[in-house]
Amino acid sequence: MLFDLTAESLARMQFAFTVSFHIIFPSFSIGLASYLAVLNALWLWQKEAKYLTLFEYWKKIFAVAFGMGVVSGIVMSYQFGTNWSVFSDKAGPVLGPLMAYEVLSAFFLEAGFLGIMLFGRERVGPGLHMFATSMVAFGTLISAMWILSANSWLHTPAGYSINDVGQFVPENWWEIVFNPSFPYRLVHMTLAAYLTVAFVIGGVGAWHMLRGHKDPATRLMFSMAMWMAAIVTPIQIFSGDLHGLNTLEHQPAKVMAMEGHFDSYPQGAPLILFGIPNPDEKRIDYAIQIPKLSSLILKLDLNAPLAGLDTVPDEDEPPVVIVFWSFRVMIGIGFAMLGVGFWTLWARYRSTLYEAKWLHRAALVMGPSGFVAVLAGWGTTEVGRQPFTIYGLMRTSDSLAPIAAPAVATSLLAFIVVYFCVFGAGVFYILRLMSKPPSQQNETLQDGPIRTAGLTPFQQIKSSNMQPEEK
Amino acid sequence: MVLDLPFIWAGIIAFAVLVYVVLDGFDLGVGILFPFAKDSHDHDVMMNSVAPVWDGNETWLVMGGGGLFAAFPLAYATILPALYMPIIIMLLALVFRGVAFEYRWRTVRWRRVWDVSFFGGSFVATLMQGIVLGALVQGIEIKNRAYAGGWWDWLTPFSILTGIAVVCGYTLLGSTWLVMKTEGALQMRMRNISWKFAVTTLIFVGLVSIVTPFLYPVYIERWFTFPAAYFSLIVPLLVLFAIWKLFSGFINQNDYAPFLSSLAIFVLGFIGIGISFYPHIVPPSLTIAEAAAPAKSLEFALLGTVILVPLILAYTAYSYWVFRGKVNSAKGYH
Repeated sequence: MLFDLTAESLARMQFAFTVSFHIIFPSFSIGLASYLAVLNALWLWQKEAKYLTLFEYWKKIFAVAFGMGVVSGIVMSYQFGTNWSVFSDKAGPVLGPLMAYEVLSAFFLEAGFLGIMLFGRERVGPGLHMFATSMVAFGTLISAMWILSANSWLHTPAGYSINDVGQFVPENWWEIVFNPSFPYRLVHMTLAAYLTVAFVIGGVGAWHMLRGHKDPATRLMFSMAMWMAAIVTPIQIFSGDLHGLNTLEHQPAKVMAMEGHFDSYPQGAPLILFGIPNPDEKRIDYAIQIPKLSSLILKLDLNAPLAGLDTVPDEDEPPVVIVFWSFRVMIGIGFAMLGVGFWTLWARYRSTLYEAKWLHRAALVMGPSGFVAVLAGWGTTEVGRQPFTIYGLMRTSDSLAPIAAPAVATSLLAFIVVYFCVFGAGVFYILRLMSKPPSQQNETLQDGPIRTAGLTPFQQIKSSNMQPEEK
Repeated sequence: MVLDLPFIWAGIIAFAVLVYVVLDGFDLGVGILFPFAKDSHDHDVMMNSVAPVWDGNETWLVMGGGGLFAAFPLAYATILPALYMPIIIMLLALVFRGVAFEYRWRTVRWRRVWDVSFFGGSFVATLMQGIVLGALVQGIEIKNRAYAGGWWDWLTPFSILTGIAVVCGYTLLGSTWLVMKTEGALQMRMRNISWKFAVTTLIFVGLVSIVTPFLYPVYIERWFTFPAAYFSLIVPLLVLFAIWKLFSGFINQNDYAPFLSSLAIFVLGFIGIGISFYPHIVPPSLTIAEAAAPAKSLEFALLGTVILVPLILAYTAYSYWVFRGKVNSAKGYH
């Protein structure tokens, strides 16, 4: 089956597959690196063992996730050239320098200080170790900034001209870097990474509390994560709304697909909550909709006219079904997160945060939800950009490398097999690390003599004042 | 030779690739040497000797690719499709090898699997890098700003020869690195292996050097036109000096000299390749000037490079300094 498809479809599948796998890890490491920096700072400041316990606990998980992020990221940086060489040639003068800046200002910073953060506490002392930990966290954020700038430029290109061989030539770097959709995307994605990690940490904390481990470290991780969820989710929903309005301004066809508006509404557009998009008949079947609400959200006016996909030439329409559904998945998860956030506030008010079993169950179920929301959100925006690689200027079909379908099919197959095996194993190891309560993390066989040796101070603290606190 | 923006950028990318080759060279070499370890404890020590730095080392590969994309998009857009298969295989091999650094410590039952994946990934990635080098030296056919050759052009006896040469070379770097970083029985074993790999490396590099001018006479001309001819005199002399230091280091059982001399041989070999390529970036079709991005791209990226690369080198050096000295089981970092 794979071998019947065109090189373009295969290359797109390969890109979608590798980039979807990849985005999981940065989403995780952006949030987790900041969390680790905060924990380490709290440990140095308060000197309470629970902070160090959590730091060491999440550090191991971070190391595994970071490793997977690095190797899946190297693939991305070469895939532009192998599969999308025409795009690389044309867009390289604009995108290349942004990526070079990402490598120079972020990747090296993360990689250079990661070793010290993971293995160097004893060698460099607490101050420099804290510095290294902060640099890793800072690096992940700078990396997000550059790559989101590059990505946003593809959605809302600015500050360029086109030369005689058809290359996009930079004219104004400020306009390129701070292109119109970049600030919204940056805020939305950074918050998404923080929320994703908050729900992972909250889920792990909830799991251990459900299993009866209510030691200070476990309580702390649950509480910190749920503060994050309660505070950041509303901000994230607000930022998403702004991002949507920005998209309406620059990529209206994408919003039409998200909303499922096949038709134009001159007298106020309905908000379609659910329905089955029927792209052949160009309508939404079985639509459940609230009249005029879409116009209210997008235009702040119940009767504002909204154009539909009938105003867009067929060859410029994004695939409606994927955009429509992935958008709803993201929104649904967002509101579920909001619900859990409010629930924890209520539980705190009632002083039952560490006792409410149903809350813990809900938090556990929501544990991986951030990843799904991130993938759905990226699916919405990237599929919504189609059929263009550079919105309105360069078509995906014109971006492809002169490669033969069998070569792409083979490499796609190899990527699928390798990624599922290798990253499957990684996820398994991460889940296994998570399945151990933080209070027992160093009593396991596989850490061996070599790992524990570097952690002497931690061991001393642990044996002197942690066990009695466990319930 | 004109000192303009494209030339400076060619120099920067060459520098990034060189740093990559010597740094990831020794840690890939350590992976290739995994089967030569006596037991799992040796594996622990070997992996720990590179664990804190491998990630930074591999970032230079991303820098090479990213820099090429930024400064020479046309070269990036033609080299990568031309070398589609070796590059994809290399990337997949690097996946296996990279994750082994963490996975190996997370399991007892599957430790062997990740040991094999570490070795296999390192070996295959190295072989592919050598093949990529050979394929570039052979030349890449370009028409209308796109790769115009066949799917298997990269695979020739010559590229296999360069592949083997690079495998031997990285293994030499890895074994001399371990001589420097380990003690006792493991160090002894590495000393014994090192000089064998030194001899094979020299044989294969010598073969490549002899064959190249016969297959591709243009390279020999470059060596004997000015100003490259100055280097043609100096480089071989320096290589001889480095070889002498390498073997005297083995004989005197010095810990540092073999590694440093091996590095020097790599650097000199790399300069040799640079002389052969200039003024092309993709021989024989694309010159540095033809492939260069517009001046605005080069200027903007150069600004960041000039500021950030010295910083990167400084904190990379600091990281190596922090993890200096011998690795042993009692004071492992992992």
